[in-house]
Amino acid sequence: MADSNSSRVSFTLDSSLDSVNKIELTAEQVAQRAGFDEDTIPHIAMAVREAAVNAVLHGNSYDTSKHIVASFETTSDSLIIRIADQGPGLDPDTIPDPLAPENILRGSGRGIFLIKAFMDEVNFRQLHPGTELTLIKHRTPAQPGT
Amino acid sequence: MSMKVQTRQVDGVTILDLSGRITLGEGSVTIRDAVRDVLAKGSNKILLNLGDISYIDSSGIGELVSAFTTVKNSGGELKLLNLTKKVHDLLQITKLYTVFDVKDDEATAISSFTK
Repeated sequence: MADSNSSRVSFTLDSSLDSVNKIELTAEQVAQRAGFDEDTIPHIAMAVREAAVNAVLHGNSYDTSKHIVASFETTSDSLIIRIADQGPGLDPDTIPDPLAPENILRGSGRGIFLIKAFMDEVNFRQLHPGTELTLIKHRTPAQPGT
Repeated sequence: MSMKVQTRQVDGVTILDLSGRITLGEGSVTIRDAVRDVLAKGSNKILLNLGDISYIDSSGIGELVSAFTTVKNSGGELKLLNLTKKVHDLLQITKLYTVFDVKDDEATAISSFTK
């Protein structure tokens, strides 16, 4: 049954850094309208940016023939963001731990870690082809639904 | 806002005053090129002033780390100055705060480089 307090917007973009910037800006605006506080909004925007970068860079490899799909859904309980690419697929279990001593000085590999640090739930779904990342931030009791 | 770099020398230390966003693409490439340029000119004491950095993503953090290791491997030192709360918190979360030598005062930072 649909939540009367829910809203959803979805769009398809090309595999470019400009698309990453647009998705990040949208996340910031949606989080603001959803009533998240000023400390949480930039965390949500950053997590979404990291997911978009992964989709464009690691998923679609900047291939202009491939797209990313971003959706933003607000419910009375949560903000749910989904980012999907058309790449070869990502197994999250193969991502090295960036905090491990042997990885701490690596020049990359911190994106997924930051997503998990800033969001309450992070889920991966294989699309065959592609990967869909779902990022969920729960509202606190002080933030009523819109 | 793209990242901008201004370079100055103080007591044998090259200070890179950075402003804007260090993100995947232009920002991260700019910092990489700036550090390499300084090393190529023979200076290996580098202080990155991040006081005007409004935002950094994981790619930007990766470039800071790469710059650190590049300078260290060349026998030099790279330190950070004036971290904003945002950057400070990110370095804390990623356990990099103790990897870098972070200063909040320029004079102190300059005198901390090996003579």
